[in-house]
Amino acid sequence: MATAMPMQDSARPITTGSSLLRRMFTLFAVHTVLICGAVFILLPFVWMVVTSLKSPSEIFTVDFSLWPKHFNAVENYGRALTKVPLLRFALNGFIVCAGILIVQVLVAVPCAYALAKLRFPGRNALFALVLLGLCIPVQVPALPLYMALASLGLLNTYFAIMMPFFLSVFAIFLFRQFFKSYPDEIIQAARLDGMSEFEIVWRIVVPSSWPAIAAFSVFSVVAHWNDLYWPLIVINDMNLATPPLGMLFFADSETGSNYGSLTAAATVITAPLVLAFLIARRRFIEGITMTGIK
Amino acid sequence: MTAAATLAAPVPAPRRNRQRLIESLAGSGFALPAFFLLLLTNLVPLAALLYLSFTNYELGALDTRFLGLDNFHKALGDPVFRRSLYNTFAYVAMVIPGAVGLGLLIAVLLHRRKRTRSIYEVIYFLPVTSTLIAMATVWQFILHPALGPVNAALRALGFGEIAFLSEPAYVLPTLAAIGIWQLVGFNMVLFLAGLSAIPRDLYEAAEIDGCRSGIDRFLTITWPLLGPTTMFVIVTTSITAFKVFDTVAVMTRGGPMGASEVLLYAIYLEGYQYFHMGYAAALTLIFLAFVLLFSILQTFVLERRVHY
Repeated sequence: MATAMPMQDSARPITTGSSLLRRMFTLFAVHTVLICGAVFILLPFVWMVVTSLKSPSEIFTVDFSLWPKHFNAVENYGRALTKVPLLRFALNGFIVCAGILIVQVLVAVPCAYALAKLRFPGRNALFALVLLGLCIPVQVPALPLYMALASLGLLNTYFAIMMPFFLSVFAIFLFRQFFKSYPDEIIQAARLDGMSEFEIVWRIVVPSSWPAIAAFSVFSVVAHWNDLYWPLIVINDMNLATPPLGMLFFADSETGSNYGSLTAAATVITAPLVLAFLIARRRFIEGITMTGIK
Repeated sequence: MTAAATLAAPVPAPRRNRQRLIESLAGSGFALPAFFLLLLTNLVPLAALLYLSFTNYELGALDTRFLGLDNFHKALGDPVFRRSLYNTFAYVAMVIPGAVGLGLLIAVLLHRRKRTRSIYEVIYFLPVTSTLIAMATVWQFILHPALGPVNAALRALGFGEIAFLSEPAYVLPTLAAIGIWQLVGFNMVLFLAGLSAIPRDLYEAAEIDGCRSGIDRFLTITWPLLGPTTMFVIVTTSITAFKVFDTVAVMTRGGPMGASEVLLYAIYLEGYQYFHMGYAAALTLIFLAFVLLFSILQTFVLERRVHY
């Protein structure tokens, strides 16, 4: 014991010194890797915003410079906003996302409540169908739905863009999980107070399920604001285009000739979700990765 | 006897029956709109798809014949379809190591950071929220042979220009790099969630047992305990990568010389540009078969995670 103590005492300062050095080195290495990755991630965003401020002559020179020498933002953004109805695209995106989300929640909440808390015939079969539906991507029913909409003369309508997404099996699945943990005693008490099942769902269960509904809303809005496949199929009227489809129209009409206004348009289309993400960071990460964590 | 029975069941029988009736009525009523929409947007289209895949139906065509499995035979011999299937799998094979490996690396490096974690998290997650179509247009410009900064940098370093999107050999890896760029942040969050579930004292115990370096700790604790999460992330990444469409539609349209034709783009062309509905239906079913295969794998993995 007596011999061990001094040995430890003399050993400690050396290890601390070298471990401090090692920790500094590790910290340096870690941040180097993280910063390199961050540069790769941020490159297109920075390039997009910077280019949207540059004049064509500056974009087309071979001399590479990051910061614009002459600001041409007014012309670029002006062109993007007037050549195509860019704000109209954003409005369409807003209408479509809102329409889809409202119907999804209105349909999924009662169904999820029934699956979680009520005994009714066919419950297990319905839940099995919901689980099956989770595996079917929208590109699969797209073909028959397109043919049905075409034969009904409903192509090029808001209804056509929204219709395949009215039912979200994922919303049903998620809300069911959430409602299951809601205490039965409260529901029973509400029943004894004479509340109908309808009132119990919308006035008691839903208000306390706000986190699940908020997370799902983020998930749904991000998915449908960014979706290209389905709008590309059912919409060819530019006035009904959603932001991604509008971007595609614009890119086609410019045929790569005017990168200033093209990046200006890209900035306008990307901005709403990115800003919302920066404001509600936690909610966004939670909402979007919900599919993965389940 | 009757008194005892009433005491044992606080809710009298008629009332309990009434409650049962209300529940089954309300339950069916609540589930009905969802069931109706499920039928309309999923089940009926699936049946229609199956039927279509056995016919040579084309939009606007007058005569439609029943072909049996001919469409599937045709798909197996169709060079465009075979190429798009091959390209899709090549794309998936390139995206998985990049998106999963980098996602894991970033998550492990970020996990212990306290002050800087949130800023890095925001940066890496940014591509997940941004509109891929808009960003693909920007990428196209960045990779432009004459005007883009990447080739400017290559020139400055003395390398030759690389035509990332118009050289058949480079186009798929380039699209895969953009796919990785979009997915890393998503996978990072999944890995961070997995990492926070590993108890801290395991690391302390390992340190006492002589696991000093970070790499030792990673190999003895993090990697084995993160195994289920990793499997899960691999499967989700595969499904997402398998559905690649947006970047192809904006940046390459399957070119150059079919080098970036992928499955969904082939289906899109057959179904909605050439209007070969029967053939497109068959291709869609093949697509679905692969997605279901991935999904079964996913359930299997989740099952394992429970038993872990």
